[in-house]
Amino acid sequence: MGVYWAIAVRSFRRFSTYRMATVSGAFTNSVFGFILCGVYLTLWHERPGLGGYDVNDALTFVWLQQGLLLPIGIFGASTTIELGERIRSGEIAVDLYRPTHLMVWWMSMDLGRAMFQLIVRGGVPLLVGALVFDLKFPSGPVRWLAVALGLVLGILVSFGIRYLVALSAFWINDSRGSEAAAMLLSLFFSGTILPLVVFPGWFGEFARATPWAGTLQVPIDIWLGRSPNGIGGALLFQLGWILVLLLAGQLLTQLAMRKVVVQGG
Amino acid sequence: MVERLLRAPGQYWMLAGMWIRSTLAYPLSFALMMVTGVLITITDFVAVLLMFSHINAFGGFSLAEMALLYATSSLTMGIADLLTGSIERVGRRIRSGSLDAYLVRPVPAFIQTAADEFRLDKVGRVLQALTVLVIALTQIDVDWTVARGIMLVVGVVSGALIFCSFFTLGAAFQFIAIDSAELSNSFTYGGRTLTQYPLTAFGTDVVRAVTFVVPLAFVNFYPVLFLLGKQAPLGLPSWIGLLSPVAAAVMVAFAALGWRGGLRRYRSTGS
Repeated sequence: MGVYWAIAVRSFRRFSTYRMATVSGAFTNSVFGFILCGVYLTLWHERPGLGGYDVNDALTFVWLQQGLLLPIGIFGASTTIELGERIRSGEIAVDLYRPTHLMVWWMSMDLGRAMFQLIVRGGVPLLVGALVFDLKFPSGPVRWLAVALGLVLGILVSFGIRYLVALSAFWINDSRGSEAAAMLLSLFFSGTILPLVVFPGWFGEFARATPWAGTLQVPIDIWLGRSPNGIGGALLFQLGWILVLLLAGQLLTQLAMRKVVVQGG
Repeated sequence: MVERLLRAPGQYWMLAGMWIRSTLAYPLSFALMMVTGVLITITDFVAVLLMFSHINAFGGFSLAEMALLYATSSLTMGIADLLTGSIERVGRRIRSGSLDAYLVRPVPAFIQTAADEFRLDKVGRVLQALTVLVIALTQIDVDWTVARGIMLVVGVVSGALIFCSFFTLGAAFQFIAIDSAELSNSFTYGGRTLTQYPLTAFGTDVVRAVTFVVPLAFVNFYPVLFLLGKQAPLGLPSWIGLLSPVAAAVMVAFAALGWRGGLRRYRSTGS
């Protein structure tokens, strides 16, 4: 256990070194935040109460979403992309020598990265948004605890998906194609292009049941207090998908071990 | 000066052609990248479609008119990204010092960085935007005149030039602040998102800012207003869209100055 903690801490420190990138990223998130607020203000002005959100819910959604894109890894995250690259280049052999579990090793790396980005990249846009708009914040320590738990579980759901995508490189040699496809699904079904509550009819039902919903939409709904099945239901939904994804990840890791041929060089 | 400008397209094409040949060596990967690129850019329009399952007009614009905004925004951005999008990679070359090689070759450094790793698959997004543009124009009853026809073509060219200028300015800023590549996304990708919507929906302050400070309104909004015969905001004349080439020229001048200034500041790594 100690070794995984150590990896997470070092991964946290590693990501804290890119300061200028962090500043320009937070600036870009804030610019997008203002643009989307303009769009959602118009949308909720035309249809008040759309998807069960009021205007303040929609605006809070925007700033939470902008802050969470990077920590949760909606566009993919540098840790799992690096894993895919290591499989392609053959450097994965070094990872396999280690007396540690491959999936847990990379999960620790990813959590360390996510925690740093959550604090810095998640906080700044929210602060900017709260200065300009009247945003909603969770009330009471229990709600804050639920939000924290929902965020960690969201990162784990996202990791579960990204780990499977990275491992696809064992079979197709290049994970960049599957990463692009995964990003498309993630953009669409996580609530990034539009909150999933706005998706109409059966399509909405379907979108809200996918694992991607558990990465962004579900934690934000916990924050807003708008979880359709309550906080317990939301956390259980995330836990269920984590279980499925990590089991699949474990299975795929074992299959990969059996067929791994490290390319020479 | 004129002679150098005339040589530029040939030089650019020579470098781009090299990258095209190298990409086409992996046809399956190329096809996948092109298809996913198209699908990812079309999600923006799907978002608009989903909105219109709940509303009939967005800020006074119908679905077909929104499609026209989306198409012109994606088309101008698509052309700019295809031609100059790779320039944001300059940061890596500044950090590693490999920009040195560009400075000794008999081709302007700007052309070399703009054509660096030229990605032919981005053509897919341009074609997708063109398709939406044609569909949108068949759905809208535009009262075609010669002026409106010229406006459409001139607007697209000017819009693309404005986005090219943002890409270049973003790259130039990386000479001052390394690792700031994401900053220019605010203006390029942020600009694309903004111009997909009727700018009047964002309030008069935003309209003023994107007219007089960062001329994003000239990318497609004013030309589209002229095309549709709609009133321009802020009491501006309805032909304001015809000034798009002027806005583009000013931006190109800024970008040229910025790029030269940045390049002059370049100090190699000494390795």
